[in-house]
Amino acid sequence: MAKADFQVPELKEYAEIPEIKPGVMAHSKPFKSKPDFQEALGFPGELVEDWQKKAINKMGDLLGRYRSLRVYMDACVKCGACTDKCHYYLGTHDPKNMPVARQDLLRKVYRRYFTLAGRLFPDLVGATDLTEDVLGDWYNYYHQCSQCRRCSVFCPYGIDTAEISMAAREIMDSIGVGQKYCNEIIGKVYKIGNNLGLPGPALADTLEGLEEDVFDETGVEVKYPLDQEGVDILLITPSADFFAEPHVDGLIGYGKVFHEAGVSWTLSSYASEAANFGMFIGSYDNMRRVSMRIREAAIKLGVKRIVFGECGHAWRVAYSFLNTLVGPWDFLDPRYPVPQHICEFTYDLIQQGKLRLDKSRNDDMVLTYHDSCNVARASRMGDKPGGQFDIPRAIIRASCNHFYDMDEETIRDRTFCCGGGGGLLTDDLMEVRVKGAQPRVEALNHVIQEKGVTHMAAICAICKSQFTKVLPYYGMDMGQIVSVHQLVSNALILTGQETEEEEAVEAAA
Amino acid sequence: MSLISNFYAYLFYFATFVLLGGLALKVWQYARTPAPLKIPTTPAPTTGSGVVLRMTREVVLFESLFRGNKWTWIFSWMFHFGLLLVTLRHLRYFIDPVPVPLQMIQPFGIYGGMAMVVGLGGLWVRRFFVDRVRYISSRSDHLILGLLVAIGLSGLTMRFVVHTDIIRLKEFFAGLYNFEIVTLPADPVLLLHLLLVATLMIIFPYSKLLHMPGLFFSPTRNQVDNPREQRHIAPWAKRLEQE
Ligand code: HEM
Ligand code: HEM
Ligand code: SF4
Ligand code: SF4
Repeated sequence: MAKADFQVPELKEYAEIPEIKPGVMAHSKPFKSKPDFQEALGFPGELVEDWQKKAINKMGDLLGRYRSLRVYMDACVKCGACTDKCHYYLGTHDPKNMPVARQDLLRKVYRRYFTLAGRLFPDLVGATDLTEDVLGDWYNYYHQCSQCRRCSVFCPYGIDTAEISMAAREIMDSIGVGQKYCNEIIGKVYKIGNNLGLPGPALADTLEGLEEDVFDETGVEVKYPLDQEGVDILLITPSADFFAEPHVDGLIGYGKVFHEAGVSWTLSSYASEAANFGMFIGSYDNMRRVSMRIREAAIKLGVKRIVFGECGHAWRVAYSFLNTLVGPWDFLDPRYPVPQHICEFTYDLIQQGKLRLDKSRNDDMVLTYHDSCNVARASRMGDKPGGQFDIPRAIIRASCNHFYDMDEETIRDRTFCCGGGGGLLTDDLMEVRVKGAQPRVEALNHVIQEKGVTHMAAICAICKSQFTKVLPYYGMDMGQIVSVHQLVSNALILTGQETEEEEAVEAAA
Repeated sequence: MSLISNFYAYLFYFATFVLLGGLALKVWQYARTPAPLKIPTTPAPTTGSGVVLRMTREVVLFESLFRGNKWTWIFSWMFHFGLLLVTLRHLRYFIDPVPVPLQMIQPFGIYGGMAMVVGLGGLWVRRFFVDRVRYISSRSDHLILGLLVAIGLSGLTMRFVVHTDIIRLKEFFAGLYNFEIVTLPADPVLLLHLLLVATLMIIFPYSKLLHMPGLFFSPTRNQVDNPREQRHIAPWAKRLEQE
């Protein structure tokens, strides 16, 4: 078990709604961004002088630009339906992690400066001035929200706390109070092309290594091309896929699928990142700037289609925003949606019977599937609502014999966040990450106990990294989290590949 | 014509002005503010008619709340449905002659009044006894519930205990349409009922009662899930492209 200097939550047999414990997470906050990181993104380096005034002005600006913020500031009736829906509340018991209370941190300032009731009777409606303490609370608690949107599913008005924490982070950035993790990473994308800061030659090296590995394993020459012009498909995938386990097994899987489909494809060293942390900090500008690299790469490489690898928030930006941010995509092949998810691609091939999948090759695993929040609640796959739930499951079922879903209350659009989304996947937030994972790990534990599940598949780089890190705190093994395309990769028998059975038969003959 | 009638006449002119003007301003403000990105909570409908259906389920059945919390849903639905019946029943004070459908629902309006008060009671109890809900309640949340309960109880009192002269009440409101001030029956319960109602009308556009127009403008609920097919660019975002 991993060592913790905080109390790791217990896994209960039945999910419980905890009593509130005010202030227990008041100490939790991420490292502040340094001036260099801030300025690279167009934000002031440190706290500006008349920050109160600037913050209020920024709030006014955002209220005029985002209907979501405008309406959600007014509409909440404090019905409490969301109070027990956030994994951070369930895991930490801090009432400021209840979605409505998190919103109220911003709302009480909104009421004070932008509503008649708050100007005239602040005490009556819970309005307060923007003080240093309030700013402190903003920084701490808006970085205990993974923007997973679970709260918005249950709110009678669909109030989405993610929208509010994005706005809060943008206000803070605009007065020079940024978060190191997100802002440093976005800087790396601008400079080098991806979150991890892997330069082109390193990528080429890695991909060459993968080609060798796959050849050794299968005897088939599967290519993992980089910066190849004039091919059909540009694959955009999270940079974690280039080296970390279990991510890279997924990348191996995509390559094999493309190979079997007989399409030509390439990665780009310029747009070598699917992730877009511009969304986490609520910055349209930065989100657009990061996305623009994909457009530029697609034009330069002259591809016909764009396919995204396994990454949750990246798929949200890709599916829901990309066309708006940097479209139109009229120079691509109109027969395919832009962009496509690798799962949509693989699923289509399975439907057409083009993939030879030997399920028994995954018989050493009993699987369950974790719906990643951004895929589940902020995007779609295929052409029917809910395809984002059914398509990955169909792929898993086609690739393995033993699959069980977790409790219905914790999957599909009610899925629990892994605890590391929304720009929280950093060691300085370990406590909130471990505690926030509790509801998901509890549901996982149930299927482990009851169905003998051994592994959980996911299609998100952040989920995979987060679980690799936090499962050990709960006495589980970091290897229990796998990529969906890792399962495909295991089961897929490539054309011309000699399987062990066939080899055995030949040897016997 | 008395001082009281004058006071109530001007009060209702004022309250109506604030209610309609305030709501119109708010709705205009919501409508004018762009939603720059597609953010429906998925799975979401992929067509406009699908969205109409989704919104209808939210408005009529409170679908999301039903998934979120059954107790709150029961009390809330009792309250709102009761409120709807009461409102329909009340239309007879303002319309002459009273259309047949309105005449027919009159008795249900009374049950509506009771349901409304019981529902409000349940919602209020939650604010005291559920620690999470207590934590998020501010004084205004209690006051609004108190106000609505008081309106309901004063109304029910008139219905069951001390009746008022409905014909003259009706004449009073008919008079207001023509800017004439007719004498209002000076029953204390009626005066209380009307005073509270005017207060409700005045605070409506400045309070969380904005959830009513707000629901219709919520992008997570009213957007069509078709971002790959259609660009959804806001005017301010379009300007970024021209730079
Ligand atoms: C389209 C019309 C409306 C819809 C769909 C609607 C829906 C809702 C919902 C879903 C809730 C949350 C659950 C709850 O706490 O009760 C709520 C709360 C509330 N609504 Fe409405 N409402 C509407 C109109 C109104 C009107 C006209 C009033 C007032 C006269 C009103 C007064 C309230 C109050 C006071 C609450 C808070 C109750 C509490 O404190 O728990 N609503 N409404
Ligand atoms: C100008 C507006 C209003 C007037 C003139 C008015 C007048 C009255 C009168 C005369 C009664 C007695 C009915 C009877 O004896 O049969 C009554 C009852 C009642 N009123 Fe109002 N009222 C108004 C607005 C409201 C509002 C906005 C509400 C709710 C929020 C409300 C809630 C009730 C209830 C619950 C009852 C008892 C049940 C019933 O008779 O329907 N009233 N009202
Ligand atoms: S978006 Fe997710 S993390 Fe944020 S408050 Fe809502 S449930 Fe919690
Ligand atoms: S569910 Fe929505 S309306 Fe109810 S308290 Fe939460 S945010 Fe407010």
